Amino acid sequence: MIFQVENPVVEVHDLTVSYDRKPVLWGIDLTLPAGALVGVIGPNGAGKSTLIKAMMNLLPVSSGYVRIFDQPLKQVYSRISYVPQRESVDWDFPASVFDVVLMGRYGQLGLFKRPRKADKDAAMDALEKVGMQSFANRQISQLSGGQQQRVFLARALAQNADVYFMDEPFAGVDIATETAIIQLLRLMRDEGKTVIVVHHDLQSASDYFDWVVLLNMRLVASGPTEQVLNQELLEQTYGGKLTVLSKVGDLLRKQEFPAREKS
Amino acid sequence: MQDFLEFFSFTDANIRYVTLGSVLLAASSAVVGCFTLLRKRALVGDAVAHAVLPGVCLAFILSGTKNPFILLIGAFVTGWLSLVVIDYITSRSRIKEDTAIGLVLSVFFGIGILLLTSIQQTGNAAQSGLDKFLFGSAASLIGGDLIAFGVVAVLLLVAVVLFYKELTLLCFDQAYARTIGFPVRGLELLLTTLTVFAVVVGIQAVGVVLMAAMLITPAAAARFWTENLKVMLVLAALIGAFSGIAGAFVSYTAPSMPTGPWIVLIVSMIAILSFALAPGRGWVARIMRQRRNKTRILEENLLKLLYQLGELRQDYGSGRSLEDLLERRNIPKKEALGGLQKLKRQGYLRNEDSRWLLTPEGEKRGRRVVRLHRLWELYLTQYLNLASDHVHEDAETIEHIITPELEQRLVEELNYPDLDPHSTRIP
Repeated sequence: MIFQVENPVVEVHDLTVSYDRKPVLWGIDLTLPAGALVGVIGPNGAGKSTLIKAMMNLLPVSSGYVRIFDQPLKQVYSRISYVPQRESVDWDFPASVFDVVLMGRYGQLGLFKRPRKADKDAAMDALEKVGMQSFANRQISQLSGGQQQRVFLARALAQNADVYFMDEPFAGVDIATETAIIQLLRLMRDEGKTVIVVHHDLQSASDYFDWVVLLNMRLVASGPTEQVLNQELLEQTYGGKLTVLSKVGDLLRKQEFPAREKS
Repeated sequence: MQDFLEFFSFTDANIRYVTLGSVLLAASSAVVGCFTLLRKRALVGDAVAHAVLPGVCLAFILSGTKNPFILLIGAFVTGWLSLVVIDYITSRSRIKEDTAIGLVLSVFFGIGILLLTSIQQTGNAAQSGLDKFLFGSAASLIGGDLIAFGVVAVLLLVAVVLFYKELTLLCFDQAYARTIGFPVRGLELLLTTLTVFAVVVGIQAVGVVLMAAMLITPAAAARFWTENLKVMLVLAALIGAFSGIAGAFVSYTAPSMPTGPWIVLIVSMIAILSFALAPGRGWVARIMRQRRNKTRILEENLLKLLYQLGELRQDYGSGRSLEDLLERRNIPKKEALGGLQKLKRQGYLRNEDSRWLLTPEGEKRGRRVVRLHRLWELYLTQYLNLASDHVHEDAETIEHIITPELEQRLVEELNYPDLDPHSTRIP
């Protein structure tokens, strides 16, 4: 059940990604509509984060390509924004909350240039949107998990992008933060932004997202939530790994086979 | 003393040059070291430091001179090569980075020592002094050497100022840097190059064996004092500069003494002092914090005891003897007495005929501790489903750390209770 859309914001074409030669995502082919709040859902080890990272060109792909606004990623850096997993950085880094949010402006500033006053205003605005303005001067090492997530979100907001890719923004945060974040994401969607969120909680998925991508090493479904989030497709997604698929992947790694023949 | 005055009056031009040179080298490598440290690649600095030795020797063999620029180029080439090899091994084999660093470090250094020994055996008169690169000799930092190394050191500092924003982001969140279109590979290359240069300029003063300490130790020490990267850079530079001066002094007063070990000893001493004394992160501060907590627990326990006695006998007005208190709770007598005296000084207690009485403020504080204790017991039984005879121990600790805001939340969640799980009234 894979719905394709006209004039997609994100187009993933026949994407295969491997770690150490073993494919963890097989032939993902999907398109995402503009102005949608998209949830990427699947069990642990399904390759949800891998998909986002591959879209952001952070991982080498074995085959396929990703286009955003019908352009390669390199052309649209200024229109996209990435929120990495909270645990991906060392929060014991000597920086304040404001310093980190200001990093969201670095892309527009370019090399060498120092942040201008306007950039500082934008960073402060972004902090306000996530309700953290009073924490601006706080050291990042003193933040709780939910506050760290809000800081990362504020950094992305400061970029003023059109498409947002978020890796598990709801993981390990308190209820208050989760509610605040989802409200913010809805607001962004209503402004016409596209927000793509890796999410692990099936319970809240139908409530949060208007488009759902079901993933388990391969694409199970991609489409409007009410048409895709049904018993049958969920069983396909969560009903264990495809054994033959994993075995073939193991073989590729052991025999040092390339995932694709070189053309 | 004579030497000390002579050195620090800086009347001798040579002394001025040597000091200036040492300060520049030590400060610039300390500043670059901050980024190496934050990027968690401290060991790489050590590998580079050892790997420059074969480069220095090869440059000498090929050119036959000790021209500092030529030696610098040689050092740079092999230092760089070692990093390329480490990266290659890590990405193309199953060997992990720490193993690769260990391998590369020893192989390059082994070749370096081999070359150095064979140079020394040729009897070439020009070679004397080459062995200074092993452990450093700040006193030989004069003339052309000083200019060559000094220029590179200044360039390093300029590069760090120029690329401050980029290097910070690279160290904090590399993946994010890539998604905003930063040339991450180029920046990595830049930081690597800066690291190699920092090592190369430092070897004259410190020597290849101990150079890694010059790169990492000032940064590690500075990190203890501040949470601000800019301050950390300045502090690291100052710590580096100070040890540089000290090294130059030792090298001047005892020319046969290698400078490197002295500089490293001094900078390590600063680092150890930082670990111990720095506010917040330091070891002394932690002990003080624990002691403060301990006194607070003692004081609150005494107030609680007095309040509970009052509650028990329905009489808050009369005094209690020390024995009364100790009967109910096992506190070492001396400690208890000290605590009571202190509470009296603070105005929470009065003492009449060696009996202790709560002042209104003391009663309020004691009541609060009792209240928190019982609230927490209730919370544990209600929300964690613990049996009522299992909750006392836990509440003994928690009663001391609950803040007024948390207390408010607790009361709301428990729906303004009157009784604790033992059916005692919550005051």
